[in-house]
Parts: sequence; structure tokens; C-alpha cells
Amino acid sequence: MTLPPLSPARLAYLNLMREIEDFLHYEAELLDERRFEAWLELLTDDIHYWMPIRKNLAFEDRDHDITAAGDVAWIDDDKTTLSKRVRQILTGIHWAEEPLSRASHLVTNISLFNQATFLADPASAYEDGALLNIKCRFLVHRNRLETETDFLVGRREDTLRRVGGELRIAKRKIIIDQSVLLAKNLTIFI
Amino acid sequence: MQSFKCSAQDLVDFHGGEISRELFVNADIYREEQERVFARAWLYVGHATQVRNPGDFIVSKMGEESVILARDRAGEIHVFLNTCRHRGMKVCRYDEGNTKTFMCPYHGWSYGLDGKLIGVPDYQEAYKPAFDREEWRLVEVAQMAIFRGTIWATWDKSAPSFEEYLGEARFALDHALCPWDGGDGETEVLGSTQRWIIPSNWKIVAENFAGDALHVVSHRSVDLAGIGPSEGEGRRDDPGRLVVAAYPGGHGVMYGVRDATTVPNDYRGSRITAEYFRHCWKKRRARRGPTADIVPLVGTIFPNMSFHGQQPRTILVAHPLGVDRTEMWRIYFTDRGAPAEVKDFLRRYYVRYAGPAGMTEQDDMENWNYATAASRGVIARQYPYHYKAGLGAAKTSDLIPGIITDHPITTEQNPRVLYQRWAEYMDAGSWDHLLGKQSVIR
Repeated sequence: MTLPPLSPARLAYLNLMREIEDFLHYEAELLDERRFEAWLELLTDDIHYWMPIRKNLAFEDRDHDITAAGDVAWIDDDKTTLSKRVRQILTGIHWAEEPLSRASHLVTNISLFNQATFLADPASAYEDGALLNIKCRFLVHRNRLETETDFLVGRREDTLRRVGGELRIAKRKIIIDQSVLLAKNLTIFI
Repeated sequence: MQSFKCSAQDLVDFHGGEISRELFVNADIYREEQERVFARAWLYVGHATQVRNPGDFIVSKMGEESVILARDRAGEIHVFLNTCRHRGMKVCRYDEGNTKTFMCPYHGWSYGLDGKLIGVPDYQEAYKPAFDREEWRLVEVAQMAIFRGTIWATWDKSAPSFEEYLGEARFALDHALCPWDGGDGETEVLGSTQRWIIPSNWKIVAENFAGDALHVVSHRSVDLAGIGPSEGEGRRDDPGRLVVAAYPGGHGVMYGVRDATTVPNDYRGSRITAEYFRHCWKKRRARRGPTADIVPLVGTIFPNMSFHGQQPRTILVAHPLGVDRTEMWRIYFTDRGAPAEVKDFLRRYYVRYAGPAGMTEQDDMENWNYATAASRGVIARQYPYHYKAGLGAAKTSDLIPGIITDHPITTEQNPRVLYQRWAEYMDAGSWDHLLGKQSVIR
């Protein structure tokens, strides 16, 4: 049996995808290990961390069932606010997260949406400022105290940016598969 | 009250400041509340700017019931029970939209925006003699009122007018809902509604916003983190001197009274926003004189509509879902005429403050959740809650209507009044009786 030829472009693509997956898995690990300050380091200073609301709309309006930019969202944060969320947890008296939740972040179906750019010019993915548009699915399981359990499931659209050779998160759009939020709060990062 | 083999008044010691935990955990009381409170009181339904054009509708709730708020072709606003008169199916399962009719998916009955039954399949052939379609309209509320853009309704035709229902709490709602310059311009809903479910009794939410100044200790973590709209300190700008006011209708408000000698310099995190509000304050003072500086910070209009009048400006309705389940609906609003940058700045601030991801509201909900849970047991139920702060401190004021307790006394006066009124609803057989009862609180 002969293996299909592994072109240099294909090899570069696989290498890049592996780096992206490793990065997202590492990020999930930091959150699950509650290393929130280390997690903040993975975010660019100009990050937009956004979780719009989902609506029940008629078929003809189906393309508008995610609240748009400028509308009310569940979360619409910049780096400053995200840092304050971490600071609040670290006070030890943020009662909604004291004691801390147990969380597991499952990140799957990871795909690079602007891959054509990097297949044509693999080196461009390593240039400072390079933007990688990622789509993935998340399943976040949260349990706290005795019986509180939440399953947060949906899609995520992340923009990763190359900064000093490393990947950083520059944008995150979290599209949850719920309209009425079934969790009593959103104290964990997704 | 029939469900508990006693008068509701036996569970509410208004003068002693003790309230039975049965109010928060007893499923029979909860069921009776749906009839005695939610089927009779005026309830908040929505905001006129959510149904601006003919054909616009939103689905809302009144207590446990799903309702449709719609504007008909003639521009009239209606509130309908969201159920087909034929066999009960919801006639609208969308959160919002624009339509000509509401057609039931089950057997195809359809209704106009005015609630009229306009389509019945096989109407000519199947019904002999024909039934009168006029009698099978969508069920419409008995009374509806619009107050500064907010839409209210009651199922009870014998309820007093909304203005009478508010009584002197009208002052608070007017100050909370007017544009910041104190004029007659419009406020508007900033966008979509946040809806989420919490494991708490609805009354714990209502009493919190009615003016529980003692719970600020629970917000220490957000104050330390600093999400305020000025230099990122605290969770809001200094609201001034706190004054708590209760109203015989069961409504409660906590006001912040600003120093009238200086123009407030709020929202300094955004230059344009700060300028906008300074400009508005000047006009507000020119228009409203000495009452301009009395700002309702939070309040509850009995039974379950709560509001923040300032920082953030929002309406929260705690819809009952069960004795220990509540569906929270939160909308944010602002001056319609405010510059886009102001609206954007406020929206971001509001959402980091309130709602399920709100750094302030999260800690409230933790307390409400486990206060409900830890009151459920047969032993726990035997021990009443303690609402004795500020007993005997109430007085009246020339400037602020209602029964007030002034800084620096923190008081649980407003929850006491809310539960006293709740007991009156639970015991009273009619609105005549309820209106006569208000003197007890006064």
C-alpha cells in the first residue's frame, strides 16, 4: 500500500492545525485547573469576548436569531472586564464561585476557516499579527456544591492572532444552544 | 387564605418584623398565590418600544401565563393570553416578530392582531348551527395601562386603575422611567431580553429590589474587583444619601439623594457619556427642582416588577415558575435620544453588572438560591425570617412621598410592607377589601 503523498503545503497545514489544537486544549486545561491568571495571559489586550443571546424567531427571520453586535448579550467583555472577573473570583468572597465550580471544557470539531490563505503561503501563519479564524464546538460541564449541574453546549468562533511567535485569542464569539439560559449564572469562562 | 388552614396574616408579623418561611417553600401557598396575587395585581408586560410598528409583537409572561403583547393595524396595543381558544395550543411560539395573524399550528384557527377569531377551517361545513366567532376571541386582559413607555395589565376587571394601584409610588416610577433630563422624551429598550431560570422563590427577588440596604455586604467582591462606570472603582458611582420608602400598595423603593450643590460627575469612564449626563442633570434640575436629586436606585412594584432607576437602568421581572423556581426577564433601557456612544458604553456596563453574567447579580442569586433551599425542611420552616431592622424608625418627608426611613438607619421596612401587602392579597376576597386594607400599613 502506498500512502498518499504528503506535500510540503499539506505538512505545513497539519503542523499548524496541531499547534491550534494544542493551544485550545491548553487553554481548556488552564480553565479546568482554575489557573485564571495564566488564562488571561492567552488573551490579547484588545480581545472581544462575546456571548450573544439566542432567540426563537420565525423561519424567515432565522438568520437573525443570534443577537447582533450592539444588542444586549449575555457577556460583552473586553480584557479589562475579563481581568476583573478573575480578580473577583480570586477575592475568595465571590459567593457565586465560592467554593469554586468544578468544570470540564471539551473543545471539539476544531477547524481553520481561512486555511486557503495559509495553504497558499504557509509561512504567513507565523508572521506577527497573522489571524487564524477558528470554528469549534464546546461542551462545558459545570458542577458545584452538592447537586448544581450545568451543561453549556454550543459553537465558538475564535480569532487567534500570532503575537511574538505565539498564538493568542483576539476574539471569541460563544453561540450557546439555549434561548432561556438554564444555568442560574455564568460565572465560569467558556 | 385557604391552602394553609390559617390567615396569611398569621404568617406575617408586620409589627414584630418576623415572616414565616412557609411563604417561600410551601407549594400550596405558591399555588394559591397564582390566583390571589398574580390573577389580580397589575403586572408589567413589556415596553412600548418593543412593539413600535403595527403588527409588531413580543411574547411575555404574566405570572406563569404566556402572553402576547401586540400592536394592531390601528396602532392599538393589546395583551392576549397565548393559548388557542379551540384546544389550548400556544398560538405564538416566537419571542418576537411582525405578523398579520396568529395562526394556531394545531387545528388552524387564526386570530387577528386585535384578538378576533378570523379563521376556522371548515367553518361553513362543520358547525351547524354556526358558532359565534366573536365569543371565541383570544382571551384579552381585563385592563391595560401604559406608563412612561412601560405596559402593564391585570386580569381583574375590578382592580383599581394603574395610577391608583401605584399610589404615591408613582413618584418613584416616574423618576425611574423618565429620560435623564427629567422631561417627557422617550426612553427605549436597549435591545434583547435576558431570560434565565434561578432556583429561588420569586418573593426573595422582589424583596431584594424593594430596598434591602442590608445586603450590600454580599457585594464586597465586585466592589473589590471594581466594575464601576467611572475609574473602575466599586460597582457604581456614589448614589448619594440613601432613603428607603415604602408604599401601602406593597411597593418599595430605595432612593439615592444627591447633593444639590454640585453637578454629579458620573460615568467618567467615557467622556461623552459623562458630558451627556452632566448636561441632562442640569436640565433635570431646571425641570424638576428639589425632587430632581431624588433618584430611585432600586425598587419593586408589587408583586414582581423590579427596576434599577440609575446605574444600571433596567427592569427585572421575577416570573414565578414554581415554589422554588423563578424565570428572570431583564431588559435594559436608556434615553432614546442619547448619543450612540453613550448607549454603547451603558450597555456594556449594564451587562457586566446585572443578568446571569453580571458580577453584582451573580452573588445575589447565590444567596436567593440557598436561602430557598435551606428553608425547605420541616425543621427549618418552624423558624421565621428576621426583618426587624429599622422597626419604629419610619416617618414621612416633605420631599419624598411614602413611608420613609432615612439615612443612616438601614431598615427592612420595605420587605415588611411588601409581605404585609402580600398577606392582604392572600386573605382578601375582593379588590374592595384590598383597597380598604391599605390603612394597616399606613
